[in-house]
Amino acid sequence: MADCGSIEEVAVIGNTDITSTESENNLINTMVERGETLLNKMEINVTEAEKRTGKNTVNMLETYTVYLIETRPAETVPEGGTPATPDTLWRRYSEFELLRTYLLVTYPYIIIPPLPEKRAEFVWHKMSADNLDPDFVERRRVGLENFLLRVASHPVLSNDKIFFLFLTEEKGWREAVLETGFQDKVDSRIKSLSAMFRVKNLDKRFTALKLYSDELNAVIAQLLRVRAKVADRLYGVYKVHGNYGRVFSEWSAIEKEMGDGLQSAGHHMDTFAASIDDILEEEEHYADQLKEYLFYAEAVRSVCRKHELIQYELEMVAQDLVNKKQQREELATGTVRVFSLKGMTSKLFGQESQEQRESRLAALELSIREGEEVLKERNSECQEFVRAAWEDIGRFKEQKDRDLREALISYAIMQITMCKKGIQVWSNAKECFNKM
Amino acid sequence: MSVGAPRGLASSGQKPIAEILHPLSAAEEQLSVTVTVGGDKEAGMTNGTPVETSSPASTSSLFNRLQLDDDLEADVRDPYAETAETRDLFVTVDDPKKHVSTMETYITYRVSTKTSRVEFDLPEYCVRRRYQDFDWLRIKLEDSQPTHLIPPLPEKFVMKGVVDRFSEEFVETRMKALDKFLKRVADHPVLSFNPHLNSFLTAKDLNKRQGLALLTKVGESVKHVAGGYKLRARPAEYCAMGEYLDTFNQKLGTIDRIAQRILKEQSEYLTELREYGTVYSSWVGSEDELRRPLEGVGGCVTTCCGALEDLGESMSQDFLPVLREYVLYIESMKSVLRKRDQSQAEYEGRLEAAVLRKQEDRTPMPLEVEKCQDKVECFNADLKADWDRWQSNKRQDFKQLLTGMADKNINHYEKCQAGWESLITLLQDKQTEDKTSETN
Repeated sequence: MADCGSIEEVAVIGNTDITSTESENNLINTMVERGETLLNKMEINVTEAEKRTGKNTVNMLETYTVYLIETRPAETVPEGGTPATPDTLWRRYSEFELLRTYLLVTYPYIIIPPLPEKRAEFVWHKMSADNLDPDFVERRRVGLENFLLRVASHPVLSNDKIFFLFLTEEKGWREAVLETGFQDKVDSRIKSLSAMFRVKNLDKRFTALKLYSDELNAVIAQLLRVRAKVADRLYGVYKVHGNYGRVFSEWSAIEKEMGDGLQSAGHHMDTFAASIDDILEEEEHYADQLKEYLFYAEAVRSVCRKHELIQYELEMVAQDLVNKKQQREELATGTVRVFSLKGMTSKLFGQESQEQRESRLAALELSIREGEEVLKERNSECQEFVRAAWEDIGRFKEQKDRDLREALISYAIMQITMCKKGIQVWSNAKECFNKM
Repeated sequence: MSVGAPRGLASSGQKPIAEILHPLSAAEEQLSVTVTVGGDKEAGMTNGTPVETSSPASTSSLFNRLQLDDDLEADVRDPYAETAETRDLFVTVDDPKKHVSTMETYITYRVSTKTSRVEFDLPEYCVRRRYQDFDWLRIKLEDSQPTHLIPPLPEKFVMKGVVDRFSEEFVETRMKALDKFLKRVADHPVLSFNPHLNSFLTAKDLNKRQGLALLTKVGESVKHVAGGYKLRARPAEYCAMGEYLDTFNQKLGTIDRIAQRILKEQSEYLTELREYGTVYSSWVGSEDELRRPLEGVGGCVTTCCGALEDLGESMSQDFLPVLREYVLYIESMKSVLRKRDQSQAEYEGRLEAAVLRKQEDRTPMPLEVEKCQDKVECFNADLKADWDRWQSNKRQDFKQLLTGMADKNINHYEKCQAGWESLITLLQDKQTEDKTSETN
């Protein structure tokens, strides 16, 4: 079993060999990275979905879906032997969300893999937008498995204890997460907003990355929207051809020699009309692949925002130190350069005594020394954030290029399959017409 | 023979009028027995050989028309027997040209003829005709061969403002229909010998005298109504024909509607697909490694758009017009059936009257009644022959039409597939390229 590392993550720069795994889909191939990740040692599957009913927090009955997570040590199975029975537990979507939030907070410099969408979006009219619809549940199951595999193959995230417990401890996991106290680290919205507007020294690389993530988000969203419309229209075209089937059949009834040919051609038209259902279902996989990166774009943006926040706080600390040093100078030299309330009150209520001044100076010196320590800490934190973030961003870029390229190629293959089907059906129909 | 006096046809260097007009005159070589009934109605020849209406075969068979001499009864041959050998009249309509005059603008078409028939002075002719001329010909044929089915012309009237009469597509479609019309007439064993067709194909100027043509049309319908005879019992076979035509008409209408609906859906799909392609192209801007695959996908989508456009064009220009033409053909056939009914009704009416008179004063059966009976029998024979010919031509035409539609669809998918396959090759080449450069 994988050892439970501490929450303190260390970027693992292992060897560059890619270990092979028994993979069910090529996604796992693209995800297995250098170094030891959980996925090397453990097989993870989300195999089933089930409906449950229970009381929620406001004591009302609700129906929700739970997903079965199966885990098993990744060891080669001997010839003719059966694989070990997996450990299983059930999780619902909200628990996945909790896990992700925890990861977001705990690893702010990592691009956290996204979850499948909460509600069905970019639907074309035949697709269901209902969360309880079996097709939606199925696609969500695949998406959740994908999420777990992404995390388990991440060089940093895969070592997280809470993640490990998520996979292995059904009860008590929620308490364990809350015990980490991660909620305290959640940044307030106001803080991040002000950070966005007031950072002085913008890191050009992060600015560019943020811009890219916005562009990626926008273009994929648009692509998904238009694709849904295209699917809708294509569905219409195929289905209308089914009417040919009916009318050819009716027509064949009044014909002598032409009848048979017409009738069989009509059947092929029906086949043609029916074929669109499978075609579009397969295309949904492509849409899901795009959606993952739509949400990934948000995760990238989130890292950029967190950097802004850290940068902002660093600048605040630095500024605070500068102010204090300024005050010290004034106290020491007696000149008032910077407006201060103390200075004003002194003017109004009279100068303070020498003792008072000296004690104030001492306190200030202490504060300055402390401040310098804090600044040093913050500085190194920030640098560490930047370093770790850029390492992950590099990893992400490669992953993205690989995955999307594969997705585009498989889309092209889907189109070729669709064309071949079309040629087949129309050739069959043509043969029937020739026999007319 | 047309009703009324033979009119003068302006012609140069051809036979005198008197000789042109009478196909039944002894001077011409007769290819079959004709039955002349009185002076005002002419029965056509009862050659029942079905003829293909596809494009004329090579002209090498021009000098062989012996087969038409055989079998003068209504003998239905195998519709798919090679009759290219027997064809000796080839016509083509092409080369549309616009003519602008002070009074009007119109289109003329070149009508080319190649023939070895003795009815024609020269083996080849080339004249220019406009739609009006075709219309004139059709009316003359209907008048002079009332027992025969005359092929339809494309629609005469087009709503100005809705359809552009001078657009390439419209002219092209109309021209194809006119070509079909003329070929069908030329392939008909009776109609092709009609002197009006001869004039149409050969005369430098058709002196049509529109007024007279109108009169003729009126005259004809008056003739049929004035008879006022009501049909008692239509023989079952003609009822069956009528029913068939009605159902067939209905089905054609449905197919037309379906085809139009498909066109509409395809057009809307095309609109979305175009936008889809542009999104991929716009994505290229923010990527490096993904540039090529994204450009490639965008390009393939564009290829598919082009292929779809072509498909839509051929459906609306080749498929739909033929469907509509057959609806008109059905109308013509129905009208011939009606005329046959009238002819039968007239005979039965006169017969009844004659029988009554005979019973009263023992006069012999009048000649007219016998003539009526002959008329009916000829009409029935002509109609059956034409019906069979029409059925087999219909089968050919629809076979061609539907296989054509299938071909166009196959073609469309082939184009799309080729596009996507070349993309895969491109991307996979790049992949191996990268790998080899990495390992180097």
